[in-house]
Amino acid sequence: MAPSTEKGQWPLLSTLSQQVHEGRVKSVDLINRSLQAIRDLDPEYKVVIATCSRRALKRAKQIDSDIRNGRTVGLLAGVPFIAKDNILTLGAETTAASNILKGFNSPYQATVIEKLEAEGAICVAKANLDAFAHGSSTENSDFFTTKNPYDKTRVPGGSSGGSAAAVALKMVPFALGTDTGGSVRLPASFCGVVGYKPTYGLVSRSGIVAMASSTDVVGLLTSTVQDSASILDIISGPDKLDSTTISRDPKAYTDIKMNIKNKKIGVVKEYLGEGLDKQVKKTTKLNIEKLKNAGATIQEVSLPTLPLALAVYYVIVPAELSSNLSRYDGQRYGYSYKEAKSLDESYLESRSRGFGDEAKRRIMIGTHVLSSGYYDAYYKKAQTVRTLLINEFNSAFKKYDFLVGPTAPSVAFKIGQNINNPLAMYLMDIMTVSANLTGIPSISVPGGSVNGLPVGFQIMAPQHKDRDLLAMALSYQELRG
Amino acid sequence: MNEVNLEEYKIKGYYPTIGIECHVQLKSKTKLFSSVSNDAIGAKPNTLISHICFGLPGALPVLNKEVVRLSSIAAFALGTKPQKFSKFDRKHYFYPDLPKGYQITQLDQPIILGGRVTVSLEDGTTQTINITRAHIEEDAGKSTHPSGADYSLVDLNRAGTPLLEIVSEPEIHSAKQAKAYAKELWLIMKYAGVSDVNLFHGNMRFDVNVSVSKDPKKLGTRSETKNLNSFKSVERAVDYEIKRQIDLLEKGKNIAQETRGWIDDKQKTVGQRSKEDANDYRYFPDPDIPPVTISDQYINDIKRNMPILLGKWRDKLQKQGLNYLQIEALLESNIEFNANFLSLIADSSKEVAEVYTNWILNIEIPLRHKQIESKEPLEITASTRKAIFAGIHELIQQGQLSSNNARLMIIFLLKSSKIPDDFKELAQKLGYIQMSDIGELESLVDQIIKKNPTAVEEVRSGEKKVIGFLVGQVMKESKGQANPAVVKTIITRKIETHES
Repeated sequence: MAPSTEKGQWPLLSTLSQQVHEGRVKSVDLINRSLQAIRDLDPEYKVVIATCSRRALKRAKQIDSDIRNGRTVGLLAGVPFIAKDNILTLGAETTAASNILKGFNSPYQATVIEKLEAEGAICVAKANLDAFAHGSSTENSDFFTTKNPYDKTRVPGGSSGGSAAAVALKMVPFALGTDTGGSVRLPASFCGVVGYKPTYGLVSRSGIVAMASSTDVVGLLTSTVQDSASILDIISGPDKLDSTTISRDPKAYTDIKMNIKNKKIGVVKEYLGEGLDKQVKKTTKLNIEKLKNAGATIQEVSLPTLPLALAVYYVIVPAELSSNLSRYDGQRYGYSYKEAKSLDESYLESRSRGFGDEAKRRIMIGTHVLSSGYYDAYYKKAQTVRTLLINEFNSAFKKYDFLVGPTAPSVAFKIGQNINNPLAMYLMDIMTVSANLTGIPSISVPGGSVNGLPVGFQIMAPQHKDRDLLAMALSYQELRG
Repeated sequence: MNEVNLEEYKIKGYYPTIGIECHVQLKSKTKLFSSVSNDAIGAKPNTLISHICFGLPGALPVLNKEVVRLSSIAAFALGTKPQKFSKFDRKHYFYPDLPKGYQITQLDQPIILGGRVTVSLEDGTTQTINITRAHIEEDAGKSTHPSGADYSLVDLNRAGTPLLEIVSEPEIHSAKQAKAYAKELWLIMKYAGVSDVNLFHGNMRFDVNVSVSKDPKKLGTRSETKNLNSFKSVERAVDYEIKRQIDLLEKGKNIAQETRGWIDDKQKTVGQRSKEDANDYRYFPDPDIPPVTISDQYINDIKRNMPILLGKWRDKLQKQGLNYLQIEALLESNIEFNANFLSLIADSSKEVAEVYTNWILNIEIPLRHKQIESKEPLEITASTRKAIFAGIHELIQQGQLSSNNARLMIIFLLKSSKIPDDFKELAQKLGYIQMSDIGELESLVDQIIKKNPTAVEEVRSGEKKVIGFLVGQVMKESKGQANPAVVKTIITRKIETHES
């Protein structure tokens, strides 16, 4: 079991919000509970980059007074949460865990934050991540590595490792992450929480420090599937500040009841092959058995292009991020090398000193694959394979309601274990990147443990079928008891 | 298409070839990808910016629909129609006035493919220049480098301003043609109503690609002279480049493929960047902006609601009997939305059209420029002008107003921007009504004849032009109110018949 505050588990968001609305629980107390938990546990687990306590308490007091005075308050009034530090917020710096953005106070907030604040939710802290979300362990944070709540010698997964650990440690009822290739689901799997990546475009990316524009999605880390649904209901939908957003399901995402019986579930063959830890495989198979016993139709399905997905991902994503990171040039905000004698030196030194090794590695890969003479061989070819992959998933979803498999090839690994082996680190994403490349929704739900370490179970649904996915995940969660 | 006889353009055995890229600033209210004002004229530096223009983390571009509409109108104005599918790409390079580290442009699927511009030269010949493409892109900010300072200044007000870059085929073969093309394109955009076309403020900027070759079938190495902002500089830069390149080749030297700048003070081009230093722009489709798809209905709606274009105005004015110079002067004048006075001329009778044309060209336009200089710009609506012109014209028809007084009265009315209730009454009040009363005039003439016996003698001895002097004296005496034609008749009669 992961340690937590003395108060233990948070109630379901729906319950918590009811308690606040009825005045039985004060928002200020909830915020203080979170801040206290952070003070108690953060020195050991290194989850948080900064707290937003002043702004949080001010907002909590306002909400309490509104409730006392009978004013209408939002659905999540007074509920604390933590945001991954690549999500722009007021009240604290937004650094993306990078030296180049250290000290950056954003003048505006991400749309997700605005939507949550409009419903009264309160951001109490900014969580650690791999700098610019590049990584699977938080070891690429330019500041520090977050520890796994189940074993402090292990990583929490990444890149949303701080957000996952915060929920596992019960610092807050929920946390926001971002998922570009598995960055919400992988740490959820390693930390034993729910990690949900919605359909691409369902949640606005405005105010998210961009990694790869075509695969970035704001994701959720929660203790339960219901909580993920409650938050999606608030943050989803079109945003005039992000033209890639899509319309949401007209029905509430919280309205999720599903009978597993006769649901057609495809078990992705490629995810159970070579490279998968034996114990994780065993756990995954047990979970599939449970679904079968509950009446689901289970069949193995092969997606032959899947082994290429990781290669495609590590061409397209570096290409896009090398472009998205161009703006960090030391000229307007963020770190700037003051001793530069020329413009070129200012660019070179600001970026060389401001970016960490992994960001530089990915910028170089991305720059290379977009260079004239290489574009066709890498970027264009990768896009072609990406289309193949999308087609394969589409045809699989004609036969199956859901696809399932493990979230990660192993349980949480030791801190330092993969740090000098980027390829081994990249392989951690092998089961998650496809959902990003194809834009489909995917969720990792706690699915058991191996030697006391959590193992996630991944469920994927067709694009826009987020309600069905959450319903299925809830049924599965209930099945596990 | 007309066949081009390249031999006509040959200089010292070389065939010049020119292609022109023109950046047209589109006049949408807000910028290309953010809801910030697009009108930076007079604004303090860095006041018209948002998180998007500034390239803050997390800022996403959202395409301004108005820019697509204006570009679609431009497509028809260029003799083609907008593409149903187009997309945006990122072009990467580092510069302090490019906040994101990339410019959003359209690489291979632009909004406009094809089109043509027909230019007429002073010698009456015409030539059609084909348009390769035109694409939408965002402008960068403005860098200034104060001389002697160890810093540069960046103003991002212009960053994100929508531009339409119109690329011609290399079908231009002389500096004169280049100038004519630039001017024609300016007129086309002006009448399409898609840009403020203010050259002084850089609303249209031209890049000229010039090469020369001894072999008419092969192009030579080209230079690109960038950012020309007047027709004259287009002409001179092309002229300079043709001569410079021929000189180099004649000396047995090679032409460098490079970007050059025009130094207006010295009337010459200078090298700026060679091809070796050229950036690898690493273009790729912008994943933040979904491709633009427009429907047939959208395209038809644009077509149906097109303003009167340049060619149509030329036809209309020609039908009114105006000559080439008058027509071009009217079309080129840049004092307001010209369609207002063009339709006044086009909708009048031929005779009135000629009169109004003169008034606009010789009275209103100079007056407007004067007023702008003294910072009291005229504000005349189309209907006010129409009423003023009609009222004055009627007084002239009645013989009540001399042409000089008509001019003074037009200036008075345009300045006050009011339509008088009674034109004649006002003219009388202002003392502009002509004295045509024969009795009154006769006594005036008698006085002048008495005062100028020598002049009268000269007229009698055959020096007829001295009559003009005497008419002038009468006019002076009447303070300009006499009808000069009537005065002349009276003087002639009196001198010839020895009446006085």
